[in-house]
Amino acid sequence: MEHPILFISVVLQKLGLPVPHGAVGSNFIEQICAPYMTYTWFVMAFLFFVIKVTIGDLELIPGRGQNFWEVVVGSMDDFFAENMGRELADRYFPMIATFALFITVANLIGLIPGFMSPTASLNTTLALTLIVWITHHIIGFKMHGIGYLKQFAGPIPLLIPLMLPIEVISNLARIISLSVRLFGNIMAKETLLSILFLLAGGFFAPLPILLLGVLVSVVQAMVFVLLTVVYFSQAAEQAH
Amino acid sequence: MSELQIALICIGAALSIGLAGLGAGIGIGNIGNAACQGLARNPEVQPKLMVFMILGMALAESIAIYGLVVSLILLYANPLMG
Repeated sequence: MEHPILFISVVLQKLGLPVPHGAVGSNFIEQICAPYMTYTWFVMAFLFFVIKVTIGDLELIPGRGQNFWEVVVGSMDDFFAENMGRELADRYFPMIATFALFITVANLIGLIPGFMSPTASLNTTLALTLIVWITHHIIGFKMHGIGYLKQFAGPIPLLIPLMLPIEVISNLARIISLSVRLFGNIMAKETLLSILFLLAGGFFAPLPILLLGVLVSVVQAMVFVLLTVVYFSQAAEQAH
Repeated sequence: MSELQIALICIGAALSIGLAGLGAGIGIGNIGNAACQGLARNPEVQPKLMVFMILGMALAESIAIYGLVVSLILLYANPLMG
């Protein structure tokens, strides 16, 4: 997808670094300088510095910044505990909350002209999804040992040859559906924005889509996190 | 590649996302309808219902996303074009 202008790519080109014209570069430096990579680093730096500035030193009587993060972290913690139990939520809170913050900021940053969403590239979302997918199998083997495989065998021993392929395929389909859902939604938003901007940017044509984009960004981040929580709790619960 | 082939590929891509979107739209509408009715009967279950509604919508929506992937493959990475 071709963007009209990307600030970080322009700065990198001024510095003399090679910025690839396609989605992915041909050699190592070009791959590092690809827009989705640089904007991933930008989102990570943004999150790091904003959190460092707002809650660099925790106080007993919270100020404005600390109040905001207390609300965000507290509501996320309640949400996880409600859906997968207090014990699992305590153990996996850092990972899932990082995903939630990263995906939300990465989705929303594409609404600012001159920036793109790193999640509009399948590489980013596939990486996030693979981490979630491998972690939910690790949780399953940790909780049940080798008996975790019984979850794939179905209820009756006689039906194992029938149920096993179905369960394995439906488990593998999680990788595709989780990654492509986030990628498709965000890329559709970005493409629609750039097309409307090129068609009638002077008449504020992208404005309604910008409004819709805020909604889509937050909802898709929430869906990703909710599905992560559901997969984790399914892997942890007893096979029936 | 002839113009006829390009036209057929474009029609195939548009039909794939169009029909997938039709089905997913009906499905998401049904889910919203059911969630609203359940909420009107019992407003106390709102947080629990919200989770199931969004989960169901995400699963229905992923069918439309498969259609989008097929149409993107047809347009940009068609294996038959050679």
